[in-house]
Amino acid sequence: MSGADIVGLYNYWIVIFLMMTGFYILLARKNLIKSVIGLNVFQTSVFLLYITMGKVRGGTAPIIPPNIAAASEHHQVGHNGQTHASAIEEFATEAFEPLVRASQQLDHAAGVGDIVYSNPLPSVLMLTAIVVGIATTALALALVVRIREDYGTIDESRILEIDRVDGPADSGLNASDSETSIEAVETAT
Amino acid sequence: MSPDQLISIALGLPLITAGLVACLGRWPNARDLASGVVGVLLLIVASFLASSVFGGRRPEWSLGEILPGFEIAFRIEPLGMLFALVASSLWILTTAYAVGYMRGHHESHQTRFFACFAVAIFAALAAAFSANLFTLFVAYEVMTITTYPLVTHHGNQESRRGGRVYLGILLSTSIGLFMLGIVWTWSLVGTLDFRLGGILRPVVESGDLSTTALTILLGTFAFGIGKAALMPFHRWLPAAMVAPTPVSALLHAVAVVKVGVFAILKVCVFIFGADVLRETGASLPYAYVAGFTLLVASLVAMTKDNLKARLAYSTIGQLAYITLGAMLATPSAIIGGGMHIAMHAVGKITLFFCAGAIYVAAHQKNISDMRGLGRQMPITFGAFLLASVSIIGVPPGGGAWSKWFLAMGTVETDTLILTAALMISSLLNIAYLVPIPMRAFQKADAPSTVDWNEAPTLCVVPLTITAIGTVVLFFAAPWIYEALRPIAFPDAGVAP
Amino acid sequence: MIESLQPHLPVLLIAIPMMTAPLCVLVGRASLSYWLAMLACVVTFGISIQLMIHAGGSSSIRYELGGWSPPYGIEYVVDGFSGFVMMFVAGLATMVMAYAPASVAAEISPSKQYLFYATYLLCLTGLLGMCVTGDLFNVFVFLEVSSLSSYALISLGKTRRAPLAAFQYLIVGSIGATFMLIGIGLLYQMTGTLNMADIAARVPHEEGPRTVLVAFAFLTVGLGIKMAVFPLHTWLPNAYTYAPSVVTCFIAATATKVSVYAFTRMIFGIISSSFAFDVLPLDSELMALSIVGIFVASIAAIYQDNVKRLLAYSSVAQIGYMLLGISMATPGGLTAGIVHMFNHALIKGSLFMVVGCFALRLGSVRLSDWAGAGRTMPWTGFAWAVGGLGLIGVPTTAGFISKWLLLTSAFERDLWPVALMVLASSLLAVVYVWRVVETLYFAPPSESAKKARDAPVRMLIPTYLLLSTVMLFGVWTPYSAGLARHAAQALLGAAP
Repeated sequence: MSGADIVGLYNYWIVIFLMMTGFYILLARKNLIKSVIGLNVFQTSVFLLYITMGKVRGGTAPIIPPNIAAASEHHQVGHNGQTHASAIEEFATEAFEPLVRASQQLDHAAGVGDIVYSNPLPSVLMLTAIVVGIATTALALALVVRIREDYGTIDESRILEIDRVDGPADSGLNASDSETSIEAVETAT
Repeated sequence: MSPDQLISIALGLPLITAGLVACLGRWPNARDLASGVVGVLLLIVASFLASSVFGGRRPEWSLGEILPGFEIAFRIEPLGMLFALVASSLWILTTAYAVGYMRGHHESHQTRFFACFAVAIFAALAAAFSANLFTLFVAYEVMTITTYPLVTHHGNQESRRGGRVYLGILLSTSIGLFMLGIVWTWSLVGTLDFRLGGILRPVVESGDLSTTALTILLGTFAFGIGKAALMPFHRWLPAAMVAPTPVSALLHAVAVVKVGVFAILKVCVFIFGADVLRETGASLPYAYVAGFTLLVASLVAMTKDNLKARLAYSTIGQLAYITLGAMLATPSAIIGGGMHIAMHAVGKITLFFCAGAIYVAAHQKNISDMRGLGRQMPITFGAFLLASVSIIGVPPGGGAWSKWFLAMGTVETDTLILTAALMISSLLNIAYLVPIPMRAFQKADAPSTVDWNEAPTLCVVPLTITAIGTVVLFFAAPWIYEALRPIAFPDAGVAP
Repeated sequence: MIESLQPHLPVLLIAIPMMTAPLCVLVGRASLSYWLAMLACVVTFGISIQLMIHAGGSSSIRYELGGWSPPYGIEYVVDGFSGFVMMFVAGLATMVMAYAPASVAAEISPSKQYLFYATYLLCLTGLLGMCVTGDLFNVFVFLEVSSLSSYALISLGKTRRAPLAAFQYLIVGSIGATFMLIGIGLLYQMTGTLNMADIAARVPHEEGPRTVLVAFAFLTVGLGIKMAVFPLHTWLPNAYTYAPSVVTCFIAATATKVSVYAFTRMIFGIISSSFAFDVLPLDSELMALSIVGIFVASIAAIYQDNVKRLLAYSSVAQIGYMLLGISMATPGGLTAGIVHMFNHALIKGSLFMVVGCFALRLGSVRLSDWAGAGRTMPWTGFAWAVGGLGLIGVPTTAGFISKWLLLTSAFERDLWPVALMVLASSLLAVVYVWRVVETLYFAPPSESAKKARDAPVRMLIPTYLLLSTVMLFGVWTPYSAGLARHAAQALLGAAP
């Protein structure tokens, strides 16, 4: 792998750097909020990974210019997307008449008949993944709020210490039998 | 009704009993009567089956495949029939005895007791009738599980300990070794059917299974069938003596232990094949283990003062006789082993009945406290003496025949050490059994105020019948010999 | 009406629970939302059976979501394997739902109960979605749906440790899910499609580019976390212990199984077993991890005082059995793995139901508080004993079938040590199950046990219903092992 390649893959290096940073935060931080942040960084790195793989060098936004669509209508390869596609194309040709003309001129200027598109699918997937990430973060934060209400701290090691002090008194069922708080532990130790 | 259908009835009756007992729990008299009536019905069915089987027929009944290739199926041959006959006839007597004992003793949870009892008998019959190793194994395990509540009936710390040893040894040997042996056999020959002459001969002859491997395979059965109580896996039997005496009587003298030795006989004759064992000598090491077991068990029995513990070790020794018969694998040894199943069952159940009767009537567990009891309980101790004679193996006890055939087996295989072991063990039997009634008939240290103190009639009658049974068996031995001949001499012409 | 719905059943399977969940929230009342949820579960179960009937043949049902054909649209696929898994997941969800109300009333505060039912349905949606979808990214989405709702469900536990356990699970689970996402992304990069069948056709099966390897590694580790395969199981004991009993029951019975399903699907349906097991040594690695996991987790289970935690460790061990079967990659081994998913779901589900019954009456899941409860709560105690026998794998229970299949296939592949290990580990199960049985029946009763009475009938009926299926599928296997074999053949046949 030449130096140019290494530099050329800079987006992947960023992904890996972010991924490892997030992962490290997750493993090393005992503060619950910081773990959530770590998780977010970790997930974001994956978003970048997808988006970066969808980008095609020199590719344009994946919107089919109507003239191309019209030209390729007869040899489309989709399974049964025909009807949908043609309806959309008709609509597009009517609405974007000026745009089409402009792009045709552009095409002529560039001298290419067919356009290179970026792959839209990874970005779409990432929309879903972002939603999932938000849900995860929200749930995690809600849990942290509850933990803070119950224990009075969001430091995992201190929480575990409280639990250890409580120890076997906890029946695993009732809230009432374990009410040691952080103050009690601090006075005890 | 064809014999094939009778199998399903014979197996169904104990289960029906269990259901009836559970339903009638609130009315003890009806419940116990139901047990008794179904017991008699079962004996009648078993007798019909027996006449058919000993007449040369082989009734079959299949319940269908549980997994492809593994079938729950039943096929009765003489050995299984003999065992089933013994179990079902003794079940009636034990039921009667148990009713007397449990009531005389005011035991709790009698309904659970009788229900589990019936299921255990079902398992014994299923094992006796099994047509393949898979069915036998399933029945074997069902029996282990259903007898656990019986062993731990009292629910105290002692029964907890006893139950733990019982279940621990029986489950670990059966899962760890027995099941291993079965799956191994399956992977070798692709079938688990019991066939006279064995199913392993092809792989032995083709060299796929070396003699060493054959010996190891037999070991997984010999030790894996923990119910046969071959040393060092015998500890469960004394541990199980925490159970109420009727349980010890039927299960640990007849059903459970006999399922063990029956399985060993069955595996030796119908899976390995007596000829294969004799030709390869694979079973000889285990014959020596059995010889060791029967000697040591007799020695240990002598040291036990608790009557049930002594009988337990005596049982271990007597089971080793049967295992020895199976491992010697000569026709007379196999006949001797098979015969001993019946002889020992009737004799040992009498002894346990007596132990229970003594406990119910005089509340004595230890032999040293029984001096003079014989005068109060002459019938009980008389029966004890009669049964001892059979266990020791002298005429007119039935045990004389089985031990004779076993001794012939040792001579036929030129294992004179084992012959000697048998003889010494018989002497030891005398030493640990006969002193008990003798001491009881001696004059008591302190003159007793009671003249006559027998156990309840329901206890005394069954033990009298079984004691007489030991003598009857002495005269019935030729008949048993004829019945078992087709197994021992597969080439003699009678289809197995 | 029904006829016209028939083609849309695959999507209805997902849509019905998913749509009922917000309905439950809108209703906002515990009782009404319970009946809504129950209805949704029953309908879902019905649909899954209907689907299974149609996918029972060699043909699989393919459904194009929204009319968009693959590879553009998402495809739902119901074949023998996914149909089997979704059927038992839906069935267990229904069973647990029938059991839920009394336990929910005791363990979840009234203001949150309707939310519980809504979340429960969402979790079910996610699990079923993972089974039914044929699109790899969709698997991730449904995995997150089920995971997020299970984090929420676990945090409903009454102790304050519940939110912490849920949080820890959330962190670990999200790492796992993100790993999967990375893996899926890399696979997409290599093949340009997300449809599983298309990926399988395009991914190189020989030593391919490193990207495939990395993708495979990420997917394996991600799913490994979700499956709780040793040593990635650390989230599981806490999550199971502190969740409300009903939640534990549901999650333990279904969630890990569905992840095992996804893993199996990935190996055999996408990557192909020849790549995973021949090019890569995943089979021996899985086998080693499974065996170590079985032993470590079983031994850990022996030392637990909290019964929920005990069963949680046992679950980790049982996952090991499933993966052991799957790692053999033979029809027999795969059948054993798949059927154990089903059998273990039944067994663990019923055992956790029993735990819920005890928790309701005794207010504790600590073993020391359960002492003697078997006598005051006979039906509940007996249920534990029966379920425990299933877990051990005693004949006539479902656990035996899986263990037997596992053993026979280990022998088929000459994996001697594996067979021995499986047998030895069964003995550890005996120890941890029987420890509880002994405490229930023989220990001097605790204060709470003295006052306890049997669990309410509305909890016992579903428990016994599930237990009876454990027994039923121990003797009658066409619809457990039979379907599993069918699924295994389909999987192996599908692999190029």
